[in-house]
Amino acid sequence: MKEYVYFPGCSLEKIAISYHLSAIETTQKLGIKLTELEDWNCCGATAYFHVDELLAYTLVARNLAMAEKVGSEVVAPCSACYKNMYFTKLHLSEDPDLTEHINEALQEDNLLYSGTVGVKHLIEVFSNDVGVEELKSKVVYPLNGLKVAAYYGCQILRPKKDHEDVEQPQFFEGLMSAIGATPVDFPLKLTCCGGSLLISSRPAAYSMINNLLYNAQQAQADVIATACPLCQVNLECYQQQVNQEFGTHYSIPVVYFTQLIGLSMGIPPKKLGFGKEFLSPKKAIDAIKNIKNQEEVITQ
Amino acid sequence: MTEKIGVYVCHCGTNIAGTVDVEGVAKWAAEKLQHRGVVIARDYKFMCSSLGQELIEKDIKELGLTRVVVAACSPHLHEKTFRNACKNAGLNPYLCELVSIREQVSWVHTDKAVATEKSKAIVSGGVERVIWHEPLEPFRVPIHPATLVVGGGIAGIQAALEIADAGYHVYMVEREPSIGGHMAQFDKTFPTLDCSACILTPKMVDVGNHPNITLLTWAEVTNVDGYVGNFQATIRQKARCVKTELCTGCGICWEKCPKKVIDDVFEAGLGKRKAIYTPFPQAVPKYPVLDKENCTYFLKGTCKACEKFCPTGAIDFTQEDEFLQIDVGQIILATGWDLFDVRRMPQYGYGRLANVFTSLEFERLSNASGPTGGKIVLRDGVTAPASVAIVHCVGSRDKNYNPYCSSICCMQSLKFAHLVHERTGAEIYNCYIDIRTPSKGYEEFYQRLLEEGTHFIRGKVAEVTNAYRVPEEEGKLIVQVEDTLIGKQRRIPVDMVILSAGLEPRHDAKEVGRLFGISCSADGWYIERHPKLDPVATMTDGVYIAGVVQGPKDIPASVAQGAAAAARALGKIQQKEVAMEPIRATINEDKCSGCRICNNLCPFNAILFHEDKMVSEVNPALCQGCGTCVAACPAGAISGTGFSNEQILAQLDGLLLLNIKRLEEIPA
Repeated sequence: MKEYVYFPGCSLEKIAISYHLSAIETTQKLGIKLTELEDWNCCGATAYFHVDELLAYTLVARNLAMAEKVGSEVVAPCSACYKNMYFTKLHLSEDPDLTEHINEALQEDNLLYSGTVGVKHLIEVFSNDVGVEELKSKVVYPLNGLKVAAYYGCQILRPKKDHEDVEQPQFFEGLMSAIGATPVDFPLKLTCCGGSLLISSRPAAYSMINNLLYNAQQAQADVIATACPLCQVNLECYQQQVNQEFGTHYSIPVVYFTQLIGLSMGIPPKKLGFGKEFLSPKKAIDAIKNIKNQEEVITQ
Repeated sequence: MTEKIGVYVCHCGTNIAGTVDVEGVAKWAAEKLQHRGVVIARDYKFMCSSLGQELIEKDIKELGLTRVVVAACSPHLHEKTFRNACKNAGLNPYLCELVSIREQVSWVHTDKAVATEKSKAIVSGGVERVIWHEPLEPFRVPIHPATLVVGGGIAGIQAALEIADAGYHVYMVEREPSIGGHMAQFDKTFPTLDCSACILTPKMVDVGNHPNITLLTWAEVTNVDGYVGNFQATIRQKARCVKTELCTGCGICWEKCPKKVIDDVFEAGLGKRKAIYTPFPQAVPKYPVLDKENCTYFLKGTCKACEKFCPTGAIDFTQEDEFLQIDVGQIILATGWDLFDVRRMPQYGYGRLANVFTSLEFERLSNASGPTGGKIVLRDGVTAPASVAIVHCVGSRDKNYNPYCSSICCMQSLKFAHLVHERTGAEIYNCYIDIRTPSKGYEEFYQRLLEEGTHFIRGKVAEVTNAYRVPEEEGKLIVQVEDTLIGKQRRIPVDMVILSAGLEPRHDAKEVGRLFGISCSADGWYIERHPKLDPVATMTDGVYIAGVVQGPKDIPASVAQGAAAAARALGKIQQKEVAMEPIRATINEDKCSGCRICNNLCPFNAILFHEDKMVSEVNPALCQGCGTCVAACPAGAISGTGFSNEQILAQLDGLLLLNIKRLEEIPA
């Protein structure tokens, strides 16, 4: 049984609760144990690193130092949490003076950051550690015919890491194919959703969201699958505003990849957090229902 | 102590004197090394100048110096200079030792006090070493007058013709079925737009017909032995399956051959060839080659259409690869370049978006004898583009791929823009980082393009995408680029995108370099002996480089280097013999146990074994003085002239200043 230290991050407590639920349910089915990190704190999100770098690094280092104590790899489902942990680890490994400085602060909490814990995004656990073949074997209801725009967003892959295809990755599409869905050609799959721009410049953010939705609509996607709470909020919750702003008529559900994987594994939609969204991913759930109904007819 | 040693410390302007207290070093040597035989120590602004050399010569004559130590630059640069100065004054040149306090001291240190101390130690090492030097005489060996030219592109062709026209024999070895290289693929050449084939093919024909040139195409050099003046090269002549003595080049065989193959080499993947083929109509030699990997007969055992229709019975399916041995005195490497693989930049969409083309593809597209007969059309083969974007610096000037400038792409892109304008009237956008047009007539060509109405956008293209935002962009390729001159992001919808890909070293440049005993820079280009003053010679005597193998360059520069390499080779041939460094290994017969460990280690096959006496012997003509055997001999029977144990140990003593400390330890 694979075990990871689980760092849910603030979003997954409330706004992205469906991501949290589906992550726990699907990993359980795959025989993976996610143990939530005790007493974790905010990762610094997108803003803090621009306000005070030293404190931001310290904030993240505290989480990593605690994770070191209980496991060898920490997993973040949120792309911002993941990015902050990944780059903090990288930066501290290159700057021993800063590490020492931060450790002085951590000592107050009886903690020591030594850089031994690995950092992973949840989607990497599925695509690398579990793998497509293993995932396929767990699929009960393949999401046949469901057209999915696999949306990576920017923070999983940017800035560039060594030996990784950051321009045309395929692993997300691979996961969607594994559960029977059809990934559509979605050229903007790596383009930023606007991030926290909604706070500072609404028109600019709406324009970015519009581009993504337009592209997904042209690709005839039934649903956009995402691996980041902020992407999900921007793309789903602001569709009405974007429609008003641009005179468009988007109605594209945006769900977490773990929710789709959960459906294909036969986990009841409620347990995966479905029902909490603004735009119902009816088509995805219907796809499963149809299969189930047919099965019931046959068994009767 | 019987030797009289002179020490000369060079300022090299401020190169050394800026970081080392040169006068202090000289004074120190005169005082502290006096007991080791130093009778004079001087410093001088430029020791390598004729006045500096005269200083040494005068001291040799007047003070009767028997050894000379010069502390200056690397021996690579001026060892010969100072040895000659000694020789002029009647001292055996090998009694001079040049120690480097520039490359090894002043250029790598900033602390003057430390650098000065290090220089003293190095001078002290040189003094201890030179005491053990012995007078040596260089060997003279005859030079074989033939030259091997590897690579039949324009640089190699030029080199071969220069040498052959001067009356000496040339072996030209080319990997492909025909000579001509990349230049044969082009339609027009910048900046004059003369037809590439028109200026190249006469030279190709000259090579093919020249009585002094043995042309070996479809062949590769597999091994090289020997040394300057006396190389032995092994060449694999791949089986052509065509008897060249019977073939007339009539072309019936490739007309009748039923097997079509995509031509990835000459047509850059845009066109097809047959399984038996010449890459293009003007190929030299005219004989085709049969591509066994794709031939139906070799795959399935039947067909033989070419054999049936050949009017002279020249087809021979039984031909095997042959290995030829040739003797040459010198070698010129002109093996050219590979195009940067644009798939490494997926943001530009090549391979995913049909109408993104590479520069070589466009060359073929615009070539009158290319797959479209020179019509510039989209991938569908019929539609002319109404708008074209040309992306500069693809894979060049980019630290993620190649940091260097590929030098030809700006002019090539301007040429493309002109051809598109002339033949289609399309709107053209050149997206560049900087426009670089530094040669004769190049800037004028750029001005001409500006007047033709090509749009020039200064900015590195971020991506080429088919993700449209407005209906007008649908079906187009959208070029996303920041126009840094107006400070705005632009999205330019076009029908066709041409990626001006950079030049890269041949994929096997490293292995080929090893074969010929020369090395590559970090970028993979072969290293010249001196980047400014000796650009076609290499660190291996008798091996020259010409054309893009040395670094990206255009046709005029490649031709100039081809001619320059030929001139260097001809100069040596004229001398008829070459002086070989007398740095050689010798085996002490009395100590040799006959274990033969050294026999197989020698990279130059210079060690013979005498069965009768059961001892090994070094052939001084073959030995390069590398020292491998010296280090390997378990009996310590081998010593290298110029690198004897005594010399090395004495130099170490000197470096550690043991020569002075021992003296100080002795109570007065």
